[in-house]
Amino acid sequence: MLLYILVGLAGMIGALLRYTLSVTTAFWWEGNFPLATLLTNYIGCFLLPFLTLQLPDRMTVSMQKAITTGLIGSFTTFSAFSVDTIVLLETGEAMAAFGYVLLSIAGGLFFIHLGYKRGRAL
Amino acid sequence: MMFVAIGGFFGAIARFWVSNQLNKKTFPFPFGTLLVNVLGAFLLGLLIGSGAGEDSRLLFGTGFLGAFTTFSTWLFEVKEMDMKKAFFYIAITMAAGFFGSWIVM
Repeated sequence: MLLYILVGLAGMIGALLRYTLSVTTAFWWEGNFPLATLLTNYIGCFLLPFLTLQLPDRMTVSMQKAITTGLIGSFTTFSAFSVDTIVLLETGEAMAAFGYVLLSIAGGLFFIHLGYKRGRAL
Repeated sequence: MMFVAIGGFFGAIARFWVSNQLNKKTFPFPFGTLLVNVLGAFLLGLLIGSGAGEDSRLLFGTGFLGAFTTFSTWLFEVKEMDMKKAFFYIAITMAAGFFGSWIVM
């Protein structure tokens, strides 16, 4: 039960950070391309394997779960990725939609790999 | 801010609960993650398609569904799979997720 509360509180922080990033991105990025979601997912993809490897020596299993599953899991999002892609397709921006999917998946996997490597190296 | 926080709290708990039920070691596939992502993509499409107001979007969209679905866990799971399974897992998540969003928008 306590673990669920911890994951929830960390998830709250993750969602707020994602929201903050999207609001601040909107100040300097006015294009239709969903840059904020892409950046969010890149950052989360780096941090998830990195923290999964780095945290075990530093805190309890519950706190690790809260940070990885709760915070990072909530920070990144699939639902916005999916809806953003459909919006681009439906507004006739097929190339942008294709580019967004490609950048999200290829870039996401690259950052997962990088986070994993950095996490093991330290 | 408050809406996003409340939604995020419950979204993360709901995802954690679903993955604890379904991402069991006996499954050859992270079915919990697949379910939250596909369901979340469908529900967000429904929310946006219905023309919901700003507050509902922040509470249910940015907050709850944003936290309920996850991109990082999905691709981290992909990394742990062999090539063939990884490709299938990416394809099935995107096909079902995009279709779910599209059909209700």
